[in-house]
Amino acid sequence: MAQAFRRLTGKTPQFVWHKDTDLGKPDLIVLPGGFSYGDYLRCGAMAAHSPVMKEVIALAKKGTRVMGICNGFQVLVETELLPGALLRNRSLKFICKQVHLKAATNQNSFMSRFKKDQIIQVPIAHGEGNFFADEATLKQLEDQDRIAFRYCNESGIVNDDANPNGSLGNIAGILSESKTILGMMPHPENATQDHQGNLTGLPLFESIVKAMN
Amino acid sequence: MTQAALKKETPVFKEPAITPQLAAEHGIKPDEYQHMLKILGRDPTFTELGIFSVMWSEHCSYKSSRLHLKKLPTSAPWVIQGPGENAGVIDIGDGQAAVFKMESHNHPSYIEPYQGAATGVGGIMRDVFTMGARPIANMNALRFGAPDHPKTRQLVNGVVAGIAGYGNCMGVPTVGGETNFHARYNGNILVNAMTVGIVDQDKIYYSRGAGVGQPIVYVGSKTGRDGIHGATMSSAEFDDESDSKRPTVQVGDPFVEKLLLEACLELMQSDAIICIQDMGAAGLTSSSVEIAAKGEIGVELDLDQVPQRERHMTPYEIMLSESQERMLMILQPGKEEMARRIFEKWDLDFAVIGKTTDDRHLRLKMCGKTWCDIPVPPLVDESPVYDRPQKARDKAAPLPSLTLDKDIAGSFKKLMACPDLSSKRWIWEQYDSLVRGETISSPGIRQTQAHKPADAAVVRLSDKKALAITCDVTPRYCYADPYEGGKQAVAETWRNLTAAGALPLAITDNLNFGNPEKPEIMWEFVTCLQGMAEACVALSYPIVSGNVSLYNETNGQGILPTPAIGGVGLIDHGNKSAGFGFMAEGEIIILIGETKGHLGQSLYLREIMGREDGPPPPVDLAAERRNGDFVRTLIHSGHITACHDVSDGGLMVAVAEMAIASGIGADLNIPGDAAFWFGEDQGRYVLTTAQPAKLLELAEKSGIPAKAVGQTGGSILRIPENQVINISEIRDIHEQWLPAFMEGCA
Repeated sequence: MAQAFRRLTGKTPQFVWHKDTDLGKPDLIVLPGGFSYGDYLRCGAMAAHSPVMKEVIALAKKGTRVMGICNGFQVLVETELLPGALLRNRSLKFICKQVHLKAATNQNSFMSRFKKDQIIQVPIAHGEGNFFADEATLKQLEDQDRIAFRYCNESGIVNDDANPNGSLGNIAGILSESKTILGMMPHPENATQDHQGNLTGLPLFESIVKAMN
Repeated sequence: MTQAALKKETPVFKEPAITPQLAAEHGIKPDEYQHMLKILGRDPTFTELGIFSVMWSEHCSYKSSRLHLKKLPTSAPWVIQGPGENAGVIDIGDGQAAVFKMESHNHPSYIEPYQGAATGVGGIMRDVFTMGARPIANMNALRFGAPDHPKTRQLVNGVVAGIAGYGNCMGVPTVGGETNFHARYNGNILVNAMTVGIVDQDKIYYSRGAGVGQPIVYVGSKTGRDGIHGATMSSAEFDDESDSKRPTVQVGDPFVEKLLLEACLELMQSDAIICIQDMGAAGLTSSSVEIAAKGEIGVELDLDQVPQRERHMTPYEIMLSESQERMLMILQPGKEEMARRIFEKWDLDFAVIGKTTDDRHLRLKMCGKTWCDIPVPPLVDESPVYDRPQKARDKAAPLPSLTLDKDIAGSFKKLMACPDLSSKRWIWEQYDSLVRGETISSPGIRQTQAHKPADAAVVRLSDKKALAITCDVTPRYCYADPYEGGKQAVAETWRNLTAAGALPLAITDNLNFGNPEKPEIMWEFVTCLQGMAEACVALSYPIVSGNVSLYNETNGQGILPTPAIGGVGLIDHGNKSAGFGFMAEGEIIILIGETKGHLGQSLYLREIMGREDGPPPPVDLAAERRNGDFVRTLIHSGHITACHDVSDGGLMVAVAEMAIASGIGADLNIPGDAAFWFGEDQGRYVLTTAQPAKLLELAEKSGIPAKAVGQTGGSILRIPENQVINISEIRDIHEQWLPAFMEGCA
């Protein structure tokens, strides 16, 4: 993730320690994937209470952009910066594979470089990515154009066969009401270099660069 | 619980009296016991008995195998470290080295599949980062019992979940492996895990080099009672009571290991560490003895200082615990506080537990008393060595003349669906093969995992360089003819690395066999090693690390001889790797190597004709090397677009795998009987090319057997007698078996 940002934004992201309490004034905060606290208890549950998260939450509430990928999304949900919950995959197993996503919107600063309904291919690698929310929350997400990505098949059809983990409405990523916080389970950073097989994760990073300039 | 609280409550415990019977219960043979008495010049204490028993166990002392392992080829100009350290190290240019090893966790995985497999993965990663290397890829070689054996399903489920649970959490991609099923593994499954790491050559750490008067430091998890006598368990046969050994299986904590990895690599950037040894089998005992023996020094430990997670642990228990995620280091005097700060930052225990001495004794103190005082040189150098008797089995008789089924399509479909050949997607989808973002090739088909399925996993190191990794062995060949089987295992890894475009550099071996006290098993072992050694020499492909797992027997029934080989190769100078999926329609499919139609020990014979006999296919090592070097050169020159070795199931299966991987079909409508299409002759590759005339001309010039066998295109596989099968149908057949088998297994 850090590599992808360095390559695609020309800026070197700064790593912060989980016990830090002062983050300065970042352009963007990224919570990358990666088994925080071993995913013990519940994915993201303990990391959500790391000392650094107080500052992340405070900055996010003031409008600093925050992006959470995979475990980062789980942490954002646990902090309630994003709504819903990420349950165990319906297969009850960890799944690593390439999936297709449809950009359900482009009306936010993370996705401005996507065409609406653009289909991209990115990998997932998680055991708890099954997005769940109550009906009212789901309706709110739909009404407010806060669904970022949905799992689909190669031709862009959003159906149960294309749903790798049982997520409600095939939801793979969502936005905060302010549209300044994005959480998604798939890994767009692993679709940004030739050796990774495809470059369809690039528009996400290009959108962020555009928003930061 | 704080260390102080633990100490305050330490009771005065009494060790049991030592009797020959107690020694026998520790797996020490009568003559070994007499020798122990001679070394000590007195009766051992209980703690000393425990230490002797694990150090002289098969697992730690290699007493049955040592004489024979010495004969293996282990050197080459690019070998930086051969066997004898935590892992092997090879030069991969640019000041970098690859560090790798494969290790078994067979016995624990059978008793407690999740934790057994998980801690196997944890242990092998620790071996690699102990040497200063960051693990960049994991692999595994798994053997399970017959699918219809009542335990198989649960074992598959637990082992796969355990490997996934540990490797995924560590953020190290599991990039490949192999899985077989055979009734001979019903009572003894094999879980062999391999890790490859990368290190700068000036930052490699060893377990040798300790001097006198240096602090001994313990880092990582606290010590508990788990895994006590794991090494002894791994050195005994199973019987019906083995399930009761469950408490001796260790419990893994991958998150602590992740912290330990980062903390160790951080400290290794300084010059604080003199030498380091992970605590694997036989824990604190083997790690401290190792450091003492290699440094030719003594070790004095104050066991009160060992971080403990349970109350009232005795010296015996502390020394024999196999609690995971622990390391022993010798530091430069004066660097203790700097090192402590790093480990405490990572929330890990750090304790100075002793110092090195000049008298070459292992001396253990606790509660103001000495519990052990063993001279280290005889403990290590005079450990038993056995030249066990061997008895050859009769050579497998040649196959009688067989009437082969004319229904090629029917046989082909059966083969594609059989347990050994069917897709292992159910397994590898549970492994994170893409974390770190550098995986170029991993298992799977195009657009499901890494984008280029290949015969070996390929992990990128830079724009110009990548490592290829594979593990292979064909146990049924090794059983029928251990010599040819040993050769074949080494040659197949070499072939797989070559087919991916890599130059094979070195191997690690994991030698899984039955009870070496049986002459026939000992013969299998020694003969397999002879075959392996010959292949290593012929292919300039030395063995740099390895592990021996004997006594894989239950109620007198041993496993098939299974010398699993892990190979590592290099793709550099910006050369491209090759995948095995067809790249385009209208390309010519060329078979490299000689096809005689060898059916002995083939999957066709077993799955279609219901017989497991005949000799295995012989490996002509000169042809192997010639064919492989030819193929690799053409991959680099761009003449070849896709490349796949021909192995289990033979030519038609190889072509079908290339078709499935790409979705592009092939026309194989040339004459040939079942032996031609399904024989398992060695040293063969299937290639595709857009320049067939050129390629065939080059082959002829180089004296390489090459033959066009078909053409890519469409979405069907056209086979002899003009039969056609849709690629999607083959894919379905290929994908069905394992998920159906595992259904309903939570």
